[in-house]
Amino acid sequence: MTGVKMLALYKDMLLIRRFEEKLVELCRVEGKIPGMMILCTGQEAVAAGACGALEPDDVIIGNHRSHGHLIAKGADPKLIMAEIFGKRTGYNKGKSGTLHIAAPEVNALCTTTVVGGGIPIAVGTAFAQQYKKNRSVTVCFFGDGAADEGSFHEALNLAALWRLPVIFICENNVYAGAQRMEEHTRVKDVALRAAAYGMTGEVVDGNNAVAVYEAVAGARQRCLDGEGPALLECKTYRWRGHGELDHQVYQPKEEIAVWMQRCPVKGLENRLLADGLVTKAALVEMEEEVSAVVEEAVRFAEESPWPAPEEALEDVYV
Amino acid sequence: MQQLTMGQAIRQALAEEMHRDPDVFVAGEGVGQGIHESPLMPTYGLLKEFGPERVKDTPVSEAAIAGLAVGAAVIGLRPVVEIMFNPFFTIASDQIVNHAAKLRYLSGGKSKFPLVVRIKSGAGGSAGCQHAHNLEAWVAHCPGLKVVMPATPADAKGLLTAAIRDDNPVVFLEDMALYFVPGPVPEGEYVLPLGAAEIKKPGADVTVVTWSKMLGAAFKAAAALAGEGIDVEVVDLRTLAPLDRETVLNSVQKTGRLVVLHEACRTGGFGGEIAALAAEEAFGFLKAPVKRVAAPDIPVPFSPPLEQFYIPGEKQLIEAVRAVMG
Ligand SMILES: Cc1ncc(C[n+]2csc(CCOP(=O)(O)OP(=O)(O)O)c2C)c(N)n1
Ligand SMILES: [Mg+2]
Repeated sequence: MTGVKMLALYKDMLLIRRFEEKLVELCRVEGKIPGMMILCTGQEAVAAGACGALEPDDVIIGNHRSHGHLIAKGADPKLIMAEIFGKRTGYNKGKSGTLHIAAPEVNALCTTTVVGGGIPIAVGTAFAQQYKKNRSVTVCFFGDGAADEGSFHEALNLAALWRLPVIFICENNVYAGAQRMEEHTRVKDVALRAAAYGMTGEVVDGNNAVAVYEAVAGARQRCLDGEGPALLECKTYRWRGHGELDHQVYQPKEEIAVWMQRCPVKGLENRLLADGLVTKAALVEMEEEVSAVVEEAVRFAEESPWPAPEEALEDVYV
Repeated sequence: MQQLTMGQAIRQALAEEMHRDPDVFVAGEGVGQGIHESPLMPTYGLLKEFGPERVKDTPVSEAAIAGLAVGAAVIGLRPVVEIMFNPFFTIASDQIVNHAAKLRYLSGGKSKFPLVVRIKSGAGGSAGCQHAHNLEAWVAHCPGLKVVMPATPADAKGLLTAAIRDDNPVVFLEDMALYFVPGPVPEGEYVLPLGAAEIKKPGADVTVVTWSKMLGAAFKAAAALAGEGIDVEVVDLRTLAPLDRETVLNSVQKTGRLVVLHEACRTGGFGGEIAALAAEEAFGFLKAPVKRVAAPDIPVPFSPPLEQFYIPGEKQLIEAVRAVMG
């Protein structure tokens, strides 16, 4: 991997981190952000590494924890923020909010908060990509909990059977809601399940953006070579609660502390500095740049108009 | 009388039935250890009280949760399973619609399926349309299922107790906004019959039929309309299946006017069934066309101004009542 690429992954992670830190702040202001707030803090390397290995034509399918996926795929932070605020200028005109932002402009085609709901859809997008022979792939993001849904199993079987160009990325953040992995499945690694469908399964360090990038780049090439799909299990950790209203009573403080020591952003930063790929001054500059992007997104969202009530009636049918 | 919210009343019914009958157990996502530990939530503290043998946290697997209920019920247990939000019922629906509802019939009446599926429902929290989608009309369209939608904490306790004791599969839909609204609830054993509507406010001029959270809007509208000299009778359906045709028809025959109010979207909503009932059985009594007040035919939007536009309320009901009064 080139230094430039590595730096780009770092910048994506930094933007995701700062964007969501801002959301935490905004959430505390009563009435500012409607509904739930589900963040990917601590998991940024998966989004950045995976999307960093993709081309614009490649498709991503997201889940309820997808701010990072969207940002890394190149979606506009302003339009994401406005959607989260419920404003008319948001990606989906206030119809979606935080949980299911679609940004077809960057091929973030479907985001679904129905756990497991996106996995069969990824089979469909990959089928279309194979059918049209346009040499692109689909990446589908979902959690460890989603691998317990029937949709996961049916989708992986079909994708393998038809050798579809799809990369299933299980973001194993140790928890599904309040359940630890060992409380919701007997298998140690979700990746082991790949064997049941005759596809490649791989465990990846989900806190290492470079490792994720390399795994996805490899799987992508195999997809394009007609070798079929892969299941990549990225082991990572959910720093915060399931959502911002979750007080994490079931999540040991020591465990959180250990994983915070393995911060994906800090980790890559140290590596970049150690390898002489970036200077401290350049990092300060990047930090300023990123925070300007976040501030601009908030300003845009704040100043944007609410949708008019009757706009609720639009967009049901084409 | 004790004051409980609906969440607490449901919890009380669950706990009392679990104490009374060792065959009752609870299963679902986060029913034991959830992400929100609030005493206002229906399964709060059950794990501590009854232990993990009877309070089963499941993986995120709605089809398996529903199938668990069907299989455990046919052997004689009394499962009460939870589907977190109404839209996720679609994943459980094969087991409930194709199996729970039909296997007794297919057995020629030999088997029974005494199970309850509790489902959180209702719009209003800016959660978007994959968390809010009132599907009561879907389930009411499946012979073999009973469908309950309580509006008050007391009704929730009495109806859930009845649902657990019923030998048929019951879909029990709880509007989340009601979890936090207190009301009087009888202490100790309290059982209400399934299939009995209740006149929550008697009146002479117009019948408003409603259920679940919309009862609150009906009360508000009735109070406002009283000031205009319009005497509204409010009928709370409480169970959609079996449907208490008699209470509805008696009321319509008395007032000669009918407005149906529900939160679900209009087309194919259960309001159409009530309107058809009046048209078929009480046409001669009607002094005005039946009106429905319901959500527009759209998914529930996220943004607050859009969601407020979606949810029907007393304003639309008042207009509809004025219209049928002529
Ligand atoms: C079908 C369905 N069931 C339940 C839920 C409620 N729910 C939302 S996220 C979640 C946990 C998912 O865990 P996981 O797949 O590991 O993703 P994570 O939240 O850890 O990113 C649950 C149960 C849902 N959204 N959809
Ligand atoms: Mg998880």
